[in-house]
Amino acid sequence: MKVLNDYGIAFALLGAVLAALVPGIASAKGVSMGGIAGAGVITEDPAQFGKVLILQLLPGTQGIYGLLIGFITLSQIGVLGGSSNISFVKGLLYFAACLPMIIVGYASAIKQAKAAVASINVVAKRPDQFGKAMIFPAMVETYAILALLISILAVNGVSGLNI
Amino acid sequence: MALQKMQRIYIYALKKDKDRILELLQRRGVIEVRSMLKEDKIFHREDIGHVKENSEKNVAAVSQALEILNSYVKENKSLLSSLKGKKEIPEEVYASFGEKHESVVEIAKRIITLSKKIAEEKAELIRLQNQIEILKPWVNLDIPLNFKGTKHTAGFIGTLPREWTLDEIYEKLAAYMPLDVEIISATKEQTCIFVLCTNAFKDNVFETLRAMDFTLPSISFEKAPAEQLKDFEKQAEEIKGRINTYMEEMKSYDKSREDMYFLLDYETIRIEKYDVIGNLLQSKNVFIITGFIPEKDAKHIEEELTSKFDLAVEVTEPKKKDQVPVLYKNNGFCEPLEGIVNSFSPPGKGEIDPTMVMSLFYYMLFGLMLSDAGYGFLMAVGCAFALYKFRNTMERPMKNTLKMYLYCGISTIFWGIMFGSYFGDIFDVVGTTFFGVEKVPVIPPLWFFPVEKPMLMLTFCMAVGIFHLLIGLAMKGYQAIKHKDYKSLVYDAVFWITLLISCVLLLLSMKMIKDILGINVTLPNAVVRIAEILAIISAVGIVLTNGRESKNPFKRFLKGLYALYGISGYLSDVLSYSRLLALGLATGVIGSVINKMAAMAAGGVFGPIIFTVIVIVGHAINIGINVLGAYVHTNRLQYVEFFGKFYEGGGTLFKPFGMHTKYYKIKD
Repeated sequence: MKVLNDYGIAFALLGAVLAALVPGIASAKGVSMGGIAGAGVITEDPAQFGKVLILQLLPGTQGIYGLLIGFITLSQIGVLGGSSNISFVKGLLYFAACLPMIIVGYASAIKQAKAAVASINVVAKRPDQFGKAMIFPAMVETYAILALLISILAVNGVSGLNI
Repeated sequence: MALQKMQRIYIYALKKDKDRILELLQRRGVIEVRSMLKEDKIFHREDIGHVKENSEKNVAAVSQALEILNSYVKENKSLLSSLKGKKEIPEEVYASFGEKHESVVEIAKRIITLSKKIAEEKAELIRLQNQIEILKPWVNLDIPLNFKGTKHTAGFIGTLPREWTLDEIYEKLAAYMPLDVEIISATKEQTCIFVLCTNAFKDNVFETLRAMDFTLPSISFEKAPAEQLKDFEKQAEEIKGRINTYMEEMKSYDKSREDMYFLLDYETIRIEKYDVIGNLLQSKNVFIITGFIPEKDAKHIEEELTSKFDLAVEVTEPKKKDQVPVLYKNNGFCEPLEGIVNSFSPPGKGEIDPTMVMSLFYYMLFGLMLSDAGYGFLMAVGCAFALYKFRNTMERPMKNTLKMYLYCGISTIFWGIMFGSYFGDIFDVVGTTFFGVEKVPVIPPLWFFPVEKPMLMLTFCMAVGIFHLLIGLAMKGYQAIKHKDYKSLVYDAVFWITLLISCVLLLLSMKMIKDILGINVTLPNAVVRIAEILAIISAVGIVLTNGRESKNPFKRFLKGLYALYGISGYLSDVLSYSRLLALGLATGVIGSVINKMAAMAAGGVFGPIIFTVIVIVGHAINIGINVLGAYVHTNRLQYVEFFGKFYEGGGTLFKPFGMHTKYYKIKD
């Protein structure tokens, strides 16, 4: 167990970096999907740039949430200064706490991008319906937010545990 | 929280006054013309499609011309020009534009022709340049390329692939002497040659040359290449000259740009008028205008019309089946949010205007999501500055947008101070990095740090959510009262509100919930008892009544049960407000990350400069992303959670017959 305890920090760090990495990849993919669809709209009607840009950016938030979880975890486990004395169990717990954001962040960003692309098509045909079109991708984001919430609470909770 | 009351208006007038009456109405812009009467033997609608078509053609031509002009001469437009609003034009200019009209259309047509000519000349120039390229290797030949020989000799002009020397060629043709070979030019790719032989060997020489892959030149002219080349170059110069003159002429039309913009507005006004004329019922001498008018304007316009013309005006209440257009009546505080309501849908038939109630929550939720005093300050100051600078000329929609962000900014400042966030934790970072301050936070939050007490923040967000939802239900009740539908008031609003409140009380009395939320409230036993009873009564009430549109009692009961199941929807609605926490934390934490990164680079002589650059760029990005997030998710909470409780929309906005110009405003 004592030997294992040296590896606690490794698992905690793994969780933190994956939280920034995996949703980041998905957001990059999502934003690029939106960008490709948006560029097509702009060639026809440059006036829609503002609206299309908003829709394109919607799947980008998962990457930011991931960064947030990554950062909170890094500061809790002491990688950004301070002591990094994390037991094996605690390291695993941090890793588990990051999982909702890692997995849901990845899936929701890509699914949201698909909804965003569909909404961009709505804006192309009926720019006046932007308000409604914006809501569809925002609905998908709810689940990323819920995952973020649980990850935040879990990371904070784990830091308070005495194991 | 209200809509303007609309009335039906009928104007019966003489045809001789038609143009003047229409002009007056268009200037006032208070009537939405709708056809309300049917055609009969005497009254007909006039088909004015052809007149309108002419105007539409002009609009198309001028728009195209402007686009072309913009591609040749860049328009001088500043970034802030969209804030400035439309330029004002005195009425005389509009009235006298009729004379100028034709000449402006001519200019537009000329611009289109010019652009075509420029394109043609450019194509011609390319063709010439190609020929020049082909001719260049032949420039040393002093006879024309189509030279075939004299009476006794045969000449061959053409190219051989790769580089040949004179000796090599003579070697190949040695059998057919006498002959003369000249190499005009030679490169690695090809050798241009001229061969002159006697007529006797004409065919043999040609055969041999063919065997060497000899090809005739692809062009042929009467003149010698050098001379021809000179001709071509002269022609090219001429074309370039012509293109330049065209370009000059094109540039000279830059000063007509304003006129063309004005023409677009002028034609828009005319088209709007034609649309109305096409809708009028006309007999030989009389015409009738029908439509909707806001009650507040009805009297005024009636007086003005009857004092100026011989006509009859009739104003009546709208009929039951009328789709009355929507015109808002809001104060300056909630007016900016009409646009948000419109992007969902304007209030439908019989619905109340939700703008006022929504505005309170909108500003608050936006502030909670952004929740950084620094960002709020930038937003508020930026909007206030723009509003002040262009206060006289700014268009209403732009003004409303800026006002909305101004109020959102103020709310953001408030919540930022409550939660102690100023550009993340800039004061702490600057203090500890540069001034050796040890006591952090420099400015403690007025309430608490959400990062330190996320559960408290979550509880607060859900409380806000429950309150928001209850107000939504109360709005449903209010709407029911307005319609005197007291059944719906009790069944759909009162029961649900009671159920929700009592459920919240019951949850708060549970130890588990208290532990999760980390709050410490003890409710008196009596309150818990009453809440239990109320919850049961309202739940039973909902089961019994919420399926009331079905006649079949069994079906009715099942529908009621299903409606009660809707309570799970409230659970997810309330949880949805946790985005307030998530987005609020995201702003603050990313801000802190930026500050931390900047602080890491702050050592050394250039440290402070690098620090400043990172902070400015980082926070600029953060503010952009988070304002977008706050805007989208505030809208979502309003549209889905709040509107879902009482508001459907489906109305159409009031579109009065007026002057909906794009570039100029015509002063009275």
